Amino acid sequence: MTFGVVVFPGSNCDHDAHHAVTQVLGQPAEFLWHKDTSLRGVDAVVLPGGFSYGDYLRTGAIARFSPVMQAVAAFAAAGGPVLGICNGFQILCEAGLLEGALIRNQQVQFRCEHVHVRVEQIATPFTAACTPGQVLRLPIAHGEGQYVADREVIDRLESNGQVVFRYSAADGRVTDDANVNGSSRSIAGICNPTRNVVGLMPHPERACERVLGSADGLVLFESALGWSGVPRG
Amino acid sequence: MPLHTVRVFVTLKPSVFDPQGRTIVESLHSLGYGNVADVRQGKYFEVQVEAANAEDADALVRDVSSTLLANPVIEGFRLERAEPAGRR
Repeated sequence: MTFGVVVFPGSNCDHDAHHAVTQVLGQPAEFLWHKDTSLRGVDAVVLPGGFSYGDYLRTGAIARFSPVMQAVAAFAAAGGPVLGICNGFQILCEAGLLEGALIRNQQVQFRCEHVHVRVEQIATPFTAACTPGQVLRLPIAHGEGQYVADREVIDRLESNGQVVFRYSAADGRVTDDANVNGSSRSIAGICNPTRNVVGLMPHPERACERVLGSADGLVLFESALGWSGVPRG
Repeated sequence: MPLHTVRVFVTLKPSVFDPQGRTIVESLHSLGYGNVADVRQGKYFEVQVEAANAEDADALVRDVSSTLLANPVIEGFRLERAEPAGRR
């Protein structure tokens, strides 16, 4: 199963994602340049973290108009699995592939630490190998990760099961203290109605090996493998 | 075609909490400006466009604003026409 990792000017977690896929998961990965108009036949797309276009105007606002994003939108519409991590999540929201928006953290601080998230939906390509309610310990590093949307949008996401991750305590309790950036209903990640496009603020690709402090993020990439039916190797 | 300058003010929707505005208010209060009730932070753009007339310029900038300058999920915008160049 070949993963495509999109590289925008200012992406800085592209190599982390490539490393996680090729060195830990043991699958091929290709970098896709933001000016590419083809995804070159990859089986899954990762929009990595970073500061695409310097976060100018709004996070993800310029990147969404990159040529490659048209190909990503077509891939997503055809049911292809797309994972947006941090800035990638912001880009997916700006592009309208996911609903809502990420604004400045409520505390107006750049938060860089390990947090816990509870898996709320396992019927996605990136959570299929999780157990319902599983708690993952993942790093975050963002200044603009507060998830917001109109109340009716959030109600619809909840009732459709499109909330995929919620910030929680280590035991899985969703509390105000654990809501690291003030996100509406502690939302850390969501998916589209067909559940093949997933975005989240934490960085699973930086938590795939124990030496990095946590290997909990690997399950997202293992899930994609299981989803495609390709054996790990 | 003549050059028109249109000012664009982008602001967060009233329903969206503005953490930066809140921080500015708190800072002002600690500086002794207790009468400052609220601050909402927004963005200001001056957009120069070539258009046959002011109405066309407005229409173009409105299009630009809804496409890129503002995110309709969280923001609104309004336009203000600048004085034509040379009449300042």
